[in-house]
Amino acid sequence: MPITKKFMYLNRKSSYGTVYAIESLEVVLIAAAFEQDVSLTFVDDGVYQIVNGQNTDGIGMKNFSKTYHALGDYDINKIYVSKESLEERGLTKDDIMPLVYEDEDDDWEEKPSVKVVSNGELSKIMSEQDVCLSF
Amino acid sequence: MKISIQINEGPYQHQASDTAYQFAKAAIKKGHEIFRVFFYHDGVNNASRFTIPPQDDRNVVNLWAELKQSDGAEIDKVVCVAAALRRGMLDESEAKKNGVDGNNIHPAFRISGLGQLIEAGIQSDRLVVFGD
Amino acid sequence: MLHTVNKSSFERNSLQSCINNIDNNSAILLIEDGVISATKNANSPMIADLAMQGRIYALQGDVEARGISSKVADNIKLVDYAGFVDLVVEHGTTVSWV
Repeated sequence: MPITKKFMYLNRKSSYGTVYAIESLEVVLIAAAFEQDVSLTFVDDGVYQIVNGQNTDGIGMKNFSKTYHALGDYDINKIYVSKESLEERGLTKDDIMPLVYEDEDDDWEEKPSVKVVSNGELSKIMSEQDVCLSF
Repeated sequence: MKISIQINEGPYQHQASDTAYQFAKAAIKKGHEIFRVFFYHDGVNNASRFTIPPQDDRNVVNLWAELKQSDGAEIDKVVCVAAALRRGMLDESEAKKNGVDGNNIHPAFRISGLGQLIEAGIQSDRLVVFGD
Repeated sequence: MLHTVNKSSFERNSLQSCINNIDNNSAILLIEDGVISATKNANSPMIADLAMQGRIYALQGDVEARGISSKVADNIKLVDYAGFVDLVVEHGTTVSWV
């Protein structure tokens, strides 16, 4: 019987200033093939990884933000964004990319993958994880 | 227990690799098995066979190369291929594949894909990340 | 769960973020520059309650390396690398606040 574990990917850094955002996304996409129970968490400056309207023309770096939209196709649909992290940064849910997935148990209806969660909710979600990868 | 380790930073620049090494050494001494050490991001630089630190300082690459399980068996030390290529870390096979006339990965490490990290998470009892 | 924090609370917000997200069964291990947060300092109130509950640990080697052995705050438990391993084994999942 194959083992299924709860994997959490903890993202706390914004994109572009360091490599962690793009390289952690690469892990998530490869990991999809292993059919584990995956959650993506964006806390602190990590929330900027999935902010709308990223344009890297002026810095000569690859804009990989579109790739987050593919997460739904890879069955990654548990995406948690910290409410307090958004508020501290003057952001709201409307600033976050509208990532979606198609629910195969509900006639393939398109549903939002992103949930804004409070610290208390996030600590509960975190406590349920078997493996946490930080970048 | 089977313990795996992820190292996100290169040698010397950050303490991550040193802490991970001391942790691994202590775990082995306590009879645990190190299932895999996975080097990601700049961590791939821990596998450079050209590292020449000052004589009176530790050689981080050699420390990892020489660390063994409690029964003397080799520890599986994996360097992520995507992160490695990005940073110019190649073994003989990748060098040939990419038409590069040199290779710099220490033979005690092997290059492989990100799947090895996920597999380590699945197969191990514990996975600890060392980064910045 | 075990949470590791490797940066000083004066350098990064990792410790505060960690504290915001731990449950009642979690412990925090301060390692590397994170041990600076184990000293008596302006940010000590952040971890005072948790320390009193015996849930804050610091890696002894890192404390000694930084010359702050005499400055460690009350109730912080110092552990060596063997103790670090024991904490990882005892606590299930480890979350690294890097």
